[in-house]
Amino acid sequence: MGAKMERTSVWKFALLGVLGWVSVFLMPQPAEAEYADVVINNYADAAGMRPVVFPHWYHRIRFRCKVCHADLGFKFKAGGNKITMAKIIDGKFCGACHNGEVSWSVENCGMCHSGIPGTPTHISGSTVQRLVAPAYKALPQ
Amino acid sequence: MRNILIGITAAVSLSVIVPAVNAEEAAPLSLAATTPITSAEVTGSVPQKLNVSKANVFNRLLKKIKDPNAAPPDDGIHDRANDAVFALQPPKVAYEGLPTTTFGNHVDWVKALDDGLLNPRYDRVDPDVEPFIMDLDIVRPVKASVPDVVFPHKPHTQWLHCSNCHPKIFIPQRLANTISMSAIILGQKCGVCHGKVSFPPETTSCKKCHSKPKPADWKPPLSQATVKNPWR
Ligand code: HEC
Ligand code: HEC
Ligand code: HEC
Ligand code: HEC
Ligand code: HEC
Ligand code: HEC
Repeated sequence: MGAKMERTSVWKFALLGVLGWVSVFLMPQPAEAEYADVVINNYADAAGMRPVVFPHWYHRIRFRCKVCHADLGFKFKAGGNKITMAKIIDGKFCGACHNGEVSWSVENCGMCHSGIPGTPTHISGSTVQRLVAPAYKALPQ
Repeated sequence: MRNILIGITAAVSLSVIVPAVNAEEAAPLSLAATTPITSAEVTGSVPQKLNVSKANVFNRLLKKIKDPNAAPPDDGIHDRANDAVFALQPPKVAYEGLPTTTFGNHVDWVKALDDGLLNPRYDRVDPDVEPFIMDLDIVRPVKASVPDVVFPHKPHTQWLHCSNCHPKIFIPQRLANTISMSAIILGQKCGVCHGKVSFPPETTSCKKCHSKPKPADWKPPLSQATVKNPWR
């Protein structure tokens, strides 16, 4: 198994190298995260975990907004739900689905905790942040 | 082994990026320095040495997004040092074949749903629950010259529940809510979703909401300050 893993990762990095070269020519400017990706970092950084990245686009292909924002009670506010692992393993928020039944289970830490450390809570590509003179509003504590 | 490979990849990409950026910056200068004669011949003007200040770059504020649907490892918010990031799906793979737009996710979600190209669940576990759809358009006359706003309940109730909007964001009564464009841009009213998750207000998306043309004889009201200006 070790040898097989080694070979696939060699190819993975070879591919990465090629992608790196290609991206140098295709994207000399830094790309922007997908519209509506939410970074959630109320507690993760402080606990030594990477911030969570929640992809709206991926979930809305599979669920209507109603499922999360009406049935599961997610408020319309990045970081506003004060999600913790304790709530998740009790079946609330992400834990209503990431339980090994509806979707893969919670031991896949890196799938959710995938952000660059130090990234603040925000929703990417939002109009407020993209204004030439940004109108930031601090999160109410 | 892996670390070495990561190192090599990083070093190679770095060594390519750095000279590439330098070359780009240096290009206009060296051109001006080595080809004054040709430019004089062509334009017939006295050759001039370009010395435009950095403060006067062409686009001081415009930031163009090169790749709106970047794959997670390249999108600037995912940590490449995390192996799981390479297991995430790149948006472009999922968007293959969906109708496109020029804003937001660059996907026309309403059309994709209407054309049957997507079938998101209305219930967490039961894929057969049908959404409760209400087809009621609300026309909101707009004081400005842009077309009037038509708020369609249909595409909203296809995705959302009445309680997502009523009564917290909108009182369910025609014209009972004060809505303005500035509020929307700052993330209130329609802007709770539009500009965050649903399509954002941008030059090419205005007419999705502002969809009812003004009557042919409509004229914008004149500013009193100018009408009364004696020096006019
Ligand atoms: C389904 C997605 C998901 C998975 C999988 C997941 N987490 Fe989390 N986790 C979250 C979210 C969302 C938060 C809230 C982040 C914040 O506000 O900083 C969080 C917060 C945390 C926190 C800080 C808050 C607290 O509860 O103490 C820690 C530590 C943490 N996660 C560890 C883990 C570990 C370890 C694993 C793997 C066993 C894991 N997480 C798997 C979504 C997930
Ligand atoms: C799988 C669950 C899920 C689905 C489906 C979903 N969302 Fe969300 N939404 C979330 C989560 C999680 C957050 C972040 C909440 C937090 O950080 O506490 C969020 C945040 C938001 C926000 C707040 C952004 C801000 O900070 O202002 C809006 C608006 C929103 N969602 C709209 C929608 C719309 C519209 C749809 C349907 C097209 C949708 N969501 C579908 C889970 C979901
Ligand atoms: C309504 C159910 C539901 C909720 C709530 C939910 N997810 Fe998911 N999520 C899914 C499903 C279903 C998948 C797809 C699983 C699969 O591919 O097997 C998924 C996949 C993902 C993926 C992987 C995307 C990819 O590229 O493969 C991430 C990351 C993720 N969820 C994070 C979260 C986080 C963080 C939360 C909480 C803030 C959350 N999810 C809440 C249902 C949900
Ligand atoms: C996306 C947000 C949204 C959703 C979801 C939504 N509405 Fe509305 N609704 C509005 C807006 C905006 C108005 C117009 C208010 C105004 O003009 O001030 C409105 C107006 C109404 C009115 C008043 C109509 C009139 O003629 O006075 C009723 C009744 C209503 N909605 C019922 C519903 C019901 C029932 C549902 C669920 C099936 C629903 N709405 C879902 C945003 C929404
Ligand atoms: C609770 C979230 C929410 C609010 C509030 C909301 N919308 Fe929407 N709207 C959506 C979603 C989700 C869609 C589906 C398309 C998308 O996501 O881009 C949509 C679609 C639309 C469409 C259809 C576009 C098309 O392609 O046919 C129009 C028009 C529209 N909204 C106008 C409005 C107006 C005007 C308001 C304010 C009065 C408003 N919306 C408030 C979530 C919302
Ligand atoms: C999500 C839907 C939506 C989008 C997208 C949108 N508007 Fe509006 N706009 C509205 C609504 C709703 C009003 C308020 C109408 C009323 O008075 O009831 C409005 C009002 C206005 C007004 C009148 C002044 C005011 O603040 O009431 C102007 C001008 C305007 N919009 C311009 C634009 C331009 C330019 C764009 C594109 C960048 C745009 N709008 C995109 C929904 C939208």
